[in-house]
Amino acid sequence: MAALLKVENLRIELTTRDGIAPVIDDLSLELNAGETLSFVGESGCGKSMTALAIMGLLPDKVGRVASGTIMFDGEDLAKASDARLREIRGNDISMIFQEPMTSLNPVYTIGEQIAEVLRRHQNMDQAAARSRALELLDAVRIPNPKSRVDDYPHQMSGGQRQRVMIAIALACEPKILIADEPTTALDVTVQAQIFDLLRDLGKETGTAIILITHDMGAVAEMAERMIVMYAGRKAEEGPVDQIIEHPRHPYTKGLISCVPHLVAQLSDDRPELTEVRGIVPSLMDFGRDECLFSSRCERADDKCRSSRPTEMKFKNDQHSACWQAKEL
Amino acid sequence: MVILTTILQRIFYAVMLLIAVLVLNFSMLHLAPGDIADTIAQASGGADADVMEQIRRDYGLDQPFFVQLGQYIGKVLSFDLGHSFFYNQPVTTLILEKVPATLLLVITAQIFALVVGVLLGVFSARNPNGMLSHFVTFVALLGYAAPVFWTGILLLIAFSLNIQLFPSGGMIDVTVEGGFFAQTWDLLKHMVLPVVTLSTIFLALYSRLCRASMMEVLGTDYIRTAKAKGLSENEIIYKHALKNSLSPVVTLAGIQFSAVISGAVLVEAVFSWPGLGSLALQSIIARDTPTILGILFFSALVVIVGNLITDMILRMIDPRVGSKG
Repeated sequence: MAALLKVENLRIELTTRDGIAPVIDDLSLELNAGETLSFVGESGCGKSMTALAIMGLLPDKVGRVASGTIMFDGEDLAKASDARLREIRGNDISMIFQEPMTSLNPVYTIGEQIAEVLRRHQNMDQAAARSRALELLDAVRIPNPKSRVDDYPHQMSGGQRQRVMIAIALACEPKILIADEPTTALDVTVQAQIFDLLRDLGKETGTAIILITHDMGAVAEMAERMIVMYAGRKAEEGPVDQIIEHPRHPYTKGLISCVPHLVAQLSDDRPELTEVRGIVPSLMDFGRDECLFSSRCERADDKCRSSRPTEMKFKNDQHSACWQAKEL
Repeated sequence: MVILTTILQRIFYAVMLLIAVLVLNFSMLHLAPGDIADTIAQASGGADADVMEQIRRDYGLDQPFFVQLGQYIGKVLSFDLGHSFFYNQPVTTLILEKVPATLLLVITAQIFALVVGVLLGVFSARNPNGMLSHFVTFVALLGYAAPVFWTGILLLIAFSLNIQLFPSGGMIDVTVEGGFFAQTWDLLKHMVLPVVTLSTIFLALYSRLCRASMMEVLGTDYIRTAKAKGLSENEIIYKHALKNSLSPVVTLAGIQFSAVISGAVLVEAVFSWPGLGSLALQSIIARDTPTILGILFFSALVVIVGNLITDMILRMIDPRVGSKG
């Protein structure tokens, strides 16, 4: 089966005060219909940039796709016109964001904000869009939708607002839903509910989900495949259970040992919770021909510091961009 | 229901405020040096002690201060603003005669400043480093720095004297004949220069504020959401962004409303516009206390009503205003 979304050799450049920085450098990935793929990595590693590039929403005049293709349904989104991208956004590919408190427009009712996207893409009239909005509110498990549809965002809690965002995103039954840290701003009990909701609705509608997060626990629960990103490059890719079982990249290993409940017992192998020491290299160093993780890696040798690792493929469909992947 | 009680509450506060204004106005004029009886006597060509006494009794000037104050407030509350010495007419009649002209000028100027200011602000926010944006900044600076009467006189020289586009003063031309249409056209021609003069400074203020608030709104998360929905740029700007960026502009417009009214006094003087401003100027020169008090009272009333309206508009724009939580 052909992939629904196929990103190849994507390079995104950001114009900063100090010059041009490649925030995404030679990234390739595939997303199949209906699957959940997770992007993992710490802040600034390029997870959100990749998502924004797919949406065609890179910040104006600052970010641009320098090379590579983003193939969706036989169409290269990196070269699509603004008008065409507007047709796709919210309809075929939609996105929910990290901040439910500020992501809804405070001066329009939530019903209107849901109905708007239906009118835009599905040619629904006022009445049809409104009744569909009611159904959607019900689908995202907001109790008593009839009495909430005319509420304004400030009358709802953070969790409810994120549900409304999900309703907006799923209104046109998109093929891809990008969820950019959808629960980071919510408290833990609500996080679990939102993840349940995303998983159930994704299954019902057959929507493929790209889940961007730095929470390895959420990845383990939600996703089938994951891509670990570091400093704008892909560090590791593969099935979630395989990677958690046996990470083939020192950075993935470090991330996993930061999470308390992924490994049930603390063993000799992993006596205590750890951190990934050091800091991410600065944006201006992103283009260098070396393993960008080498400055923080205990195993780094001269080869790591002098040439960029090529991707190594394993039998179980795990890929790792580490010179020592085999030994790990 | 909540809205209704809020409105009633606001109106109650407004009446209290008006009474405070009355007390303050009356006290201040009472404190000012000079005897009103003298002025009246002088106007009628001088008087002896008996006549002075007569005048004092007639106008209640022989009463203690607080009695006079009480009588004054009582009269005002029954819509009697007193009798003008100078015009020999009831003040209420005088004011009501002049009010339409002033309100026409003030409201048109305010609306003109708001509409044009907001549009300029929006255009320049869409392209903050473009030519238009720099032009708006320049015009705003100029408009803000130039005194109203100076702008007025310059416009008069330019568009009435040199290029004879508009009449130089007054509100209507009595020689114009014809129906309603011709007269309205004549009125509009008379209005152009005064309205432009009066609104320049406020237009400058509103456009700068709108530009800033629009730029801020365009960077918010919900605008990103609107883009992610695939809405067109016009929908994003005029539906999602504009309504949010209007709040500060409307708030400022409400605060500035009193400034527009005081600006009108100057503009009316420059363009001999037959409104309250001209009346105020003449009655101050003539020391016509009841008229001055009446105009002050009426201006306060207009400002308070203006603030009330601002408040209601803000509630309409932003549902968060006035809601708890």
